[in-house]
Amino acid sequence: MQFGLSESQEFLKNSAREFFEGECPGAEMRRLMETDNAYDEALWSKLTDQGYTGIIFPEAYGGVGLGKVELMLLMEEAGRALLPGPLFSTVVLAGSVLEAVATPANKKKYLAPICSGEARATVAVLEAGASWNQRDVRLSATNGKLSGEKLFVTDAAVADFILVVAHNGVFVVDGKAHGLKISPMSAMDLTRKIYVVEFSNTPAEEIGATTDLPRAFDIATAALAAEIVGGMQRTLEITVEYAKTRKQFGKPIGMFQAIQHQCADMYLETESARSAVYYAGWALEENSPDASTAVSIAKMYASDAGRTVGNRGIQIHGGMGFTWENDLHLYYRRAKASETAFGDATFHRERIAATVIDSGSVSAKSA
Amino acid sequence: MDLNLTAEELAFRDELRAWLVSNVPKDRSEWREKPIEESFPYLRDWQRKLHEGRWAAVSWPKEYGGRSATLMQQTLFWEEMARVEAPPMANSLGLGLIGPTIIAYGTEEQKKRYIPKILSAEEIWCQGFSEPNAGSDLAGLQTEARLDGDHYIVNGQKVWTSYGWVGDWCELVVRTDPGAAKHKGLSVVLVDMKSPGVEVRPLRQMTGESEFNELFFRDVRVPIENILGKVNDGWNVAMSTLMYERGSYGARLHLIFKRYITRLIELARNIQRNGRPAAEDPLIRQKLAQCSAEIEIMRFNQMRAFSRITATGVPGPEGSIQKIFWSELNQRLQQIAQELLGSHGQLLGGDPRAIDNGIWSYAYLRARGNTIEAGTSEVQRNIIGHFVLGLPRSY
Repeated sequence: MQFGLSESQEFLKNSAREFFEGECPGAEMRRLMETDNAYDEALWSKLTDQGYTGIIFPEAYGGVGLGKVELMLLMEEAGRALLPGPLFSTVVLAGSVLEAVATPANKKKYLAPICSGEARATVAVLEAGASWNQRDVRLSATNGKLSGEKLFVTDAAVADFILVVAHNGVFVVDGKAHGLKISPMSAMDLTRKIYVVEFSNTPAEEIGATTDLPRAFDIATAALAAEIVGGMQRTLEITVEYAKTRKQFGKPIGMFQAIQHQCADMYLETESARSAVYYAGWALEENSPDASTAVSIAKMYASDAGRTVGNRGIQIHGGMGFTWENDLHLYYRRAKASETAFGDATFHRERIAATVIDSGSVSAKSA
Repeated sequence: MDLNLTAEELAFRDELRAWLVSNVPKDRSEWREKPIEESFPYLRDWQRKLHEGRWAAVSWPKEYGGRSATLMQQTLFWEEMARVEAPPMANSLGLGLIGPTIIAYGTEEQKKRYIPKILSAEEIWCQGFSEPNAGSDLAGLQTEARLDGDHYIVNGQKVWTSYGWVGDWCELVVRTDPGAAKHKGLSVVLVDMKSPGVEVRPLRQMTGESEFNELFFRDVRVPIENILGKVNDGWNVAMSTLMYERGSYGARLHLIFKRYITRLIELARNIQRNGRPAAEDPLIRQKLAQCSAEIEIMRFNQMRAFSRITATGVPGPEGSIQKIFWSELNQRLQQIAQELLGSHGQLLGGDPRAIDNGIWSYAYLRARGNTIEAGTSEVQRNIIGHFVLGLPRSY
């Protein structure tokens, strides 16, 4: 048993970190955040060159064929850089949905252009009730047409196509389709934009059944938790650095235990969330029977811990932490958006409860 | 990253499983129901049996009677022991902490003299570290050892000594150079507990039991050859013992906690709340789920730490995360048990209405000590702050 990263996993993580630090440093992240859709074509093409857009998909569709643990590592580093743009929406979310539900022909048509970097995409799930429970989806397609609206759709404005979760199947809608209206929602997270997507008699092609969605959503949920871990890591780094240099009462504030112990807790929470995320990635990769529970454990813990670490980081910074110029609030905003997306801690605790209480099964694989 | 067991790990586990099937005592719950003073001979016998099968100290090098087990194999060992609800071993400090320290720092004569009897439970060991005025600030300890010819004369007092009442030998930290800086003037001596001038008193703790003792040393003569490691290098020797303490504990706890939560879930199905089983109450469900998840995360953290130690070769200060995590988790777990059991939760063992013979009231009180023993949570956070995050020392 080996719960450390392999040499190639370590390499992937380090090169992703270098890539994001080089291609999307803080100043670039802030520039993109001020744009309408936080998308940059040049950055996207560099992501493609790295193979990130096809990271977990089969080589038959132009993917790189790496595993879910590798995906966690990539998303962790993307989260650490607070990467703007549709990497999560396109690759993790739309890509996983296509892989789970689409026919080989449709994978050639939709997944292959994602891998090659030609297409951006997203998945529309939530409606007015904002429920992450799939059975609450009301929107239904009739005769190949959709009418209604989806909310909180990430990166919809830059999507070449949108996968729509409807009551009676998963549908694909072209980004330029007739009767499709996309309008921005003004929200807390400035680095990942969300939209209202309205359909009126919009042509939609069915590409699969909703029964195959849970697996894709599990992958997306775990990857989102990985992103949260990256954000926690960066918040911890910024905060520890500050605690070493900021002086009050004639000494670095990091010398005071009130500060030091909060930093220690940030570290404990970050490492624990990371352990849970890596385990979830492994369980998904191995198709372990406890994979869904492992995903819920990771998202539950990361959702709460991401927020807590943000609170501690800003608190330790004092007034400086409350300023616009300090990056911490940008991480804090993303952490809040990600906390809710794909189910908050309460949602996932209930999912865990359904397994450990109602079906009485063990919650994780024991050696 | 590969969480499947390797062939060697599987072989190790299967060999142990097979051995346990034919050797684990049939009456293995008996030791729980009697006070430890009465069950101690039984625990000695159990350790002797394990030693005969070469299972008493799997982490020790082969040449000293162990199996040179990897950290993963050690984890499997404790998991298997917990799975069959095996009794603890009598000489748990000797095997877990003091033996490894003697192997690391002892002379050949010392290893020959002490190691075999640690394994066979012939000589039980205790640890004299904390003092009334030296707890978290262990290096401030005052028990002194003054050189007098070929002996040290030891005077002072120790507290929180487990197994003091049954100890044959004690790993004692003493001040040998009162003039040196506080970390620099310490030494570790191995003290025969039958020496004249050693007095052992029970220390009654808040659970009502006496797991621990106070030790008093009055002009106790200890031969100079009983120094472990170098004179005035006792701080490093003692720290090495504490590192073993923090490292080995977690593996045993996962299944113990899992057993607690499984039992609580079972109870929740039968306890009525607002006209329906507590297991259907959304708040109780949230709390049980949170706890179950954290028990798993505790294990993931442990496995990651072990993999890191295996790769780098040194147990690091990460052990402090585990210590904080399990101790605080157990306190939350016991609080949930109390909430679930309501008024019944307070009943002590022996009360005819106590649930599970009062283990929950006991476990609640006992867990209170978890964030204090083996290094307080505050000390662990200092260690993380300074040694892991590189913040300036706060003390």
